[in-house]
Amino acid sequence: MDIIVCVKHVPETTEADIKIDSTGKRIEKSGLVFDINEWDDYALEEAVRLKEKFGGTVTAITLGSEDSDATLRKCLARGADTAVRLSDPKFEGSDCYATAKILSRAIKSLPFNLILTGAQADDDGYAAMGTMLAELLEIPHSTMVKKIELTGETVKLNRELEGGLEEIVEVKLPAVLAVQTGINEPRYVSIMGTRKAMQKEIKVLGLAELGLTENEVGETGSWIKIEKMYLPPVEKQAEFLKGSPEEIARKIAEILKTKGLM
Amino acid sequence: MRPILVLAEHRQGQIRDVTFEMLTKAKELSQKTSTESTAVLLGKDVKPQAKSLSDYASRVLLVEDARLENFNAEAYQSVLSKLFDEYKPLLTMIGHTAFGVDLAPGLAVKLNLPLATDCVGLEFENETLTVTRQMYGGKVNVTATLRKAESYIATIRQAAFPVKREAPVGGQIIEVISPLAEETPRKRFIQYVLPPPSGVDITASEILVGVGRGIKDASNIPTLEELAKNLGAALACSRPIVDKGWLPNDRQVGSSGKTVRPKLYLALGISGAFQHVLGMKSSDLIIAVNKDPKAPIFGVADYGVVDDLFKIVPPLKDKINELKAQKA
Repeated sequence: MDIIVCVKHVPETTEADIKIDSTGKRIEKSGLVFDINEWDDYALEEAVRLKEKFGGTVTAITLGSEDSDATLRKCLARGADTAVRLSDPKFEGSDCYATAKILSRAIKSLPFNLILTGAQADDDGYAAMGTMLAELLEIPHSTMVKKIELTGETVKLNRELEGGLEEIVEVKLPAVLAVQTGINEPRYVSIMGTRKAMQKEIKVLGLAELGLTENEVGETGSWIKIEKMYLPPVEKQAEFLKGSPEEIARKIAEILKTKGLM
Repeated sequence: MRPILVLAEHRQGQIRDVTFEMLTKAKELSQKTSTESTAVLLGKDVKPQAKSLSDYASRVLLVEDARLENFNAEAYQSVLSKLFDEYKPLLTMIGHTAFGVDLAPGLAVKLNLPLATDCVGLEFENETLTVTRQMYGGKVNVTATLRKAESYIATIRQAAFPVKREAPVGGQIIEVISPLAEETPRKRFIQYVLPPPSGVDITASEILVGVGRGIKDASNIPTLEELAKNLGAALACSRPIVDKGWLPNDRQVGSSGKTVRPKLYLALGISGAFQHVLGMKSSDLIIAVNKDPKAPIFGVADYGVVDDLFKIVPPLKDKINELKAQKA
């Protein structure tokens, strides 16, 4: 079983203070910590688990600048065998569609039975890459995957639906599966593993190597263009309770008492 | 007149709310663009549902086929491609749901039509589609334009457009013969499953303590359970807590979990991603504690505390115990 995992190197923003940069179209990236996209982290773990069970190889692939090597090295440390970075100044400004085109071109020359990726990216949240990739490769796909069971020529999987419900579907291989968080518990990597991964080679491919033209990638090859970024308008703002923790606790208790909740 | 197509989403016989939300928006857009809001319903034995859609849409395209009984992106894509050729919509709206994200991106690639996903705003300007979306977990909004095209596809966030209950449109129901060919499907629906219940029904509790990523570690769960117990509350949580296996599945509040309406929702260390907010915003009273003053949870909370929740929880437990002692 040869598995390709598509990963993305993204800034961690859940607990960070976000500022919009001078272009008004992007966030200020300096000072932010970057790591593997959370959903992709689960996809990578799932790939490594399948390899451990059925044998084969895991290839991690990403599109990005040299900074993304940190995420690829993490994949190598966690059990990926090879890593590929698709990088070219012309790729700058690629949206999800252009990215899927670039990835599909690189993947066509690799052997695989299964492609895994995260159901969405933490930064742009399109939740579209896996499905687009499958269509470009003309293979089936499934998204929001919470459980994978390989059964020979097909894969049986659970998809997460709204309201706590799941559906079980069967998909023919090769296929692209976009996994949802919580599908497994990603492992920690030993310092030894991280050191070993530092020595492995990362293959870098650009526009020419992939046989793509400038028009297919970057902003020209994209469908969507960000015109303006801004902080979401505040529709309602909480009344902030201030003071020492004890004072705050007293205020909360009073509110509960007044509202008859005690 | 060209249509704006709205794909009706249904599951186990029920049309899902996002459908009516999209039809409300489609009606507004159709008035501005001289198009016709058109619902598309694919299913089996769904004529009554087609009738309810006709209250909101000028037309309903109904395709019935046993292979369309349950959602299947492959079959849906095939039917929608055919309808697309025939009706040439200006825009096709699909819910940004588990079904929608499985379908729309592939359909867009197949038809080579620009796609915008998870939209919370849609406008046409000079026949170009401009959308509003969120990025970085809802911390920023963006206005984005799509590449100029004859037609566009957009997936729409749930609850982004409130349903307007107006006089029924009484749209015409048009039955379309299923264009599905006899082919071996690559994808097959087997069944729906509900994860086993854990014994606590968070929807039945009048007070909920909701915990999120900010609680840092599984070892902190017992102390939060204790706070909940003192308050006579059940302990609920946001998605990351279930993903990490710290609390069972059925404690999750949000679009992929439960929708709750308690008298009090005390949110501890929850940032307030829209998926979570969807499940708890109708609570009578919301108090949120979070370290980040910009956390979106403060946009839905009545009262907010910007502090480390572990500094607030111990004295809060004491105060609650004091109040209970007074009462007794």
